[in-house]
Amino acid sequence: MEDFTLTQILANLLIATKWTIALSAIAFIGGGLVGFLLMLMRISPNPVLKGLSLLYIEFFEATPLIMQLFLMFFGISVVFGLNLSTWTAASIALSTYTSAYLADIWRGSVEAVPNGQWEASRALGLGYFKQLRKVILPQAVRLSIPSTVGFAVQVIKGTSLASVIGFIELTRSASSISNVTFQPFLVYSLAAVIYFCLCFPLSLWSRRLERQFSFGG
Amino acid sequence: MDYIPQFSVVWNNVGLFVQGVFLTLQIVVVAIALGLILGIAGAMARTSGNRLLNWIATAYVEFFRNTPFLIQLFFFFFGLPSIGVRMSPWQAAVLALAINFGAYSTEIIRAGIEGIDKGQIEAGMSLGFKKLQIFRHIILLPALGKIYPALISQIVIAVLFSSVVSQISAEELTFVGNYLQSRTFRSFEVYLAISLIYVALVWAIKGVAYGIQKKFFTFTQYIR
Repeated sequence: MEDFTLTQILANLLIATKWTIALSAIAFIGGGLVGFLLMLMRISPNPVLKGLSLLYIEFFEATPLIMQLFLMFFGISVVFGLNLSTWTAASIALSTYTSAYLADIWRGSVEAVPNGQWEASRALGLGYFKQLRKVILPQAVRLSIPSTVGFAVQVIKGTSLASVIGFIELTRSASSISNVTFQPFLVYSLAAVIYFCLCFPLSLWSRRLERQFSFGG
Repeated sequence: MDYIPQFSVVWNNVGLFVQGVFLTLQIVVVAIALGLILGIAGAMARTSGNRLLNWIATAYVEFFRNTPFLIQLFFFFFGLPSIGVRMSPWQAAVLALAINFGAYSTEIIRAGIEGIDKGQIEAGMSLGFKKLQIFRHIILLPALGKIYPALISQIVIAVLFSSVVSQISAEELTFVGNYLQSRTFRSFEVYLAISLIYVALVWAIKGVAYGIQKKFFTFTQYIR
């Protein structure tokens, strides 16, 4: 099986990279939406909402992503008699994973906004949601951007684990190609370089944002 | 919902789960010990002022922080044998986890070293502290106190990452889960139990870490 040329291997890996990027985007958008709701619950004065959100975040931050994927794909689908496709299972599992971490990051940013801002906007007669929308969140968003971009790197790397439930993305495709070509050294190196090209620019961007914002005060 | 969960598969195999926890801890402890050595060496190289050493350490850190752990693991276990480096699953698992942990801890320890205030050392000297005392009280302890929380988070991440090594059939907690699942088909019960054990493990580590922090590093709250 020496039919595979280097170009063919690379071309196949790049095709699979498309699905890595697609899954990352789904996880990031889905996780962002759920994460925003979780963050609102987490900072709300209501103890029930707060507790539920805390429980959710604790569970997803204290279990391995691979276990969450197994639980979703093999566990939940059996209990509810669903026949989840790998796409659905991977999308849900990576979104819930992302949502927990983003909720935690964003909660940190909201809490980093000085308390005086809450008090001042309260004194101006704004209600809770108006306080959030007009005063707190605009400042928190600014603070949260560097870590949010940084976490995108973790999401992209996390999608590699979707390969264990059979989702065909870069890692899965690298395994298949290395099984056919018997060139694991070359194939996994190439896959690593592709991941690096996806993640490193984001890491650099995140660090630059951090420096910019820390000077802005 | 016709499915009736039966947790007897969990109760009947408690021994296996306990064994899995010990195997996981074994891998993690060895990997963290090796990884810390790498991290200290990396941080020394990053702050040495030697450009070549700095470049090598930076390349190491960036490469391993910007590629997935699973790919690193596959590279060590499946890739390296083709250039003659053969490892057992356990060895490959520990090595991959250690090198990954080393990359992250390099950055953490470097931040600790760079955070040391020169003025504090001068103040120590003018107070008549001996060299060893300065190293212990003014350099080492405050730096450790500062990097401690980040290091604990990284250790928790290492515990969670260790589950991935089941993919090269290294035996640990997740491997036990897959084994039981494939024999009993009770996937939901088994994976839920394993998940909760990880939660307990992470909480135990955080609890112990918090106790140590309260005992040894309470002073760090007074350092800027």
